[in-house]
Amino acid sequence: MTTTLEKTIDAKQQSWLSEKLGSQTFWVFMAVVAACVFLSFATDSFATPKNLYNITRNVTFVAMIALGMTMVIITGGIDLSVGSVLCLCSMVLAVVMHAGYNIEVGIAASIATALVIGAFNGILIAYLDFPPFVVTLGMLSIARSLAMVTSGNTVVFEFGPDHQQLLALGGGAWLFGIANPVIYMLVLALITGFVLRWTRFGRYLFAIGGNEHAATLTGVPVKLIKVAVYMVSALSAGIAGIVQTGWLGAVTTNIGSGMELQVIAAAVIGGANLAGGVGTAMGAIIGAALIEVIRNSLGLLGINAFWQGVFIGGAILLAVLFDRIRNLRQRD
Amino acid sequence: MDRSAHAVGVEAAVSILELKNISKNFGAIQAVNDISFSLQPGEVTGLMGDNGAGKSTLVKMIAGNYRPSSGSMMMENVPLEMHKPIDARQHGIEIVHQDLALCNNLTAAANVFLGRELRVGRGPFQVLDYKSMYQKAGQIFAELKSETRPRDLVKQMSGGQRQAVAIARTRLTNPKIVLMDEPTAAISVRQVAEVLNLIRRLRDQGIAVVLISHRMPDVFTVADRIIVLRRGTKVADKKTSESSPEEVTGLITGAIERA
Repeated sequence: MTTTLEKTIDAKQQSWLSEKLGSQTFWVFMAVVAACVFLSFATDSFATPKNLYNITRNVTFVAMIALGMTMVIITGGIDLSVGSVLCLCSMVLAVVMHAGYNIEVGIAASIATALVIGAFNGILIAYLDFPPFVVTLGMLSIARSLAMVTSGNTVVFEFGPDHQQLLALGGGAWLFGIANPVIYMLVLALITGFVLRWTRFGRYLFAIGGNEHAATLTGVPVKLIKVAVYMVSALSAGIAGIVQTGWLGAVTTNIGSGMELQVIAAAVIGGANLAGGVGTAMGAIIGAALIEVIRNSLGLLGINAFWQGVFIGGAILLAVLFDRIRNLRQRD
Repeated sequence: MDRSAHAVGVEAAVSILELKNISKNFGAIQAVNDISFSLQPGEVTGLMGDNGAGKSTLVKMIAGNYRPSSGSMMMENVPLEMHKPIDARQHGIEIVHQDLALCNNLTAAANVFLGRELRVGRGPFQVLDYKSMYQKAGQIFAELKSETRPRDLVKQMSGGQRQAVAIARTRLTNPKIVLMDEPTAAISVRQVAEVLNLIRRLRDQGIAVVLISHRMPDVFTVADRIIVLRRGTKVADKKTSESSPEEVTGLITGAIERA
């Protein structure tokens, strides 16, 4: 009796390996690896330290926000405002520092801005039942406009007394020559992965995405969790904005425009399901990596940059196609 | 009058929940009208009635969703005051919802513990205790003699297994009352037997089970007592062995006035 009970408790539907082999994230990862191997042989310039440094760094901004976006998508929501929030947070940081405050004040102001915007989105969505698409579409417009108001639509490139510190924060490479943004991205990815797998908050995100009504009936604080997840999403955009400001060394009012689509694409390619209930931190990073490798390789292979959209769009469709095929097979 | 005196004198000593003259109106609509009955431990009570007879309103009052407009509820001779569904759970009342309230994308164990996850660690550093949750869920399924496995995704389960997951939730605490809303409405005939067995297991553990159902055969198979509602009033409350499907059908439709 006890042995059979133990067996039942330990019984899994799939082994660890077959579970990995069946996941979209795994196949996208293989695609990234295959593309990298191919490019190393096909071009002289791909596998150079400089190019790899560029790729890894370029991945990070989309990837950081894709982590927050993945959490939102897991709940069955969407956040279209991240590109504009990134811009607004960068601008708040820049303007505050330009006015002579030190970097801590700038970052605090920037993060506070992100959290307020996230809370605003979340409250409208959770408590007033606005559709996430509409709320965040509105915020996409509002936040960018506020960024213009904040700066008077100028370019800010002088960041007061802590100018050098800000540039070092985003543009430096403090560990083994790895670009700082990459380190931040990895840390954020680890935190996100941990939260999704090991915390009650993470569990509730999946529950809400799977069946919001059930989550409510079983006593999950659905509304609070929803507000929190939009705050996390805005926060990820804010952090990306701060790091990107340090890296670029200048802020204009059009940074991050159209970025929301790249971020959503990264999350979806990485296996997040827009219907809710599915998504991983690893997927967000790998999805962002695939997009960047496609962009980079087109340049290196001498293909006209106009083709970029076709390849990235194709990658989105292909990734989701894998998922469809797997679902069809399961249904049989 | 005679009957209620009897109830107070003899049955009240053992009844878990007693409803006295409960009414509920929504504006001008009288959904439940002056209903009294009591629930005994280890007894399955079938609650029957046509759509709109007041079954779900009555159940929602016991579940803490609605407050009665008048009348009182006594839980083991103590007045029962509830303001929200969580209060009912704290009083030992568990509900198995008609739609089961399951998340397809989560495992059986995750669903069983949804909203009541076990965690290890201290203060803000608490993480989900997967091991204990798998173990406890496995034990509950074994107790219910269900073949459901804790790590399986609910998505891939049969109707009977899904029902077992929803019922397993009620076993996390030691509830005194389990309300089951149409547990056999949406599953295959073979699985119905499985679910009726689950109900018997709850009963054998001394729980008062309230079975809300449209399905006459199921109620007659498993219920010890049948209460029939018609247009908000109680028209029958008798032992299953002293009634018949024909009589109950008559009571539900109104062909028989009262029994």
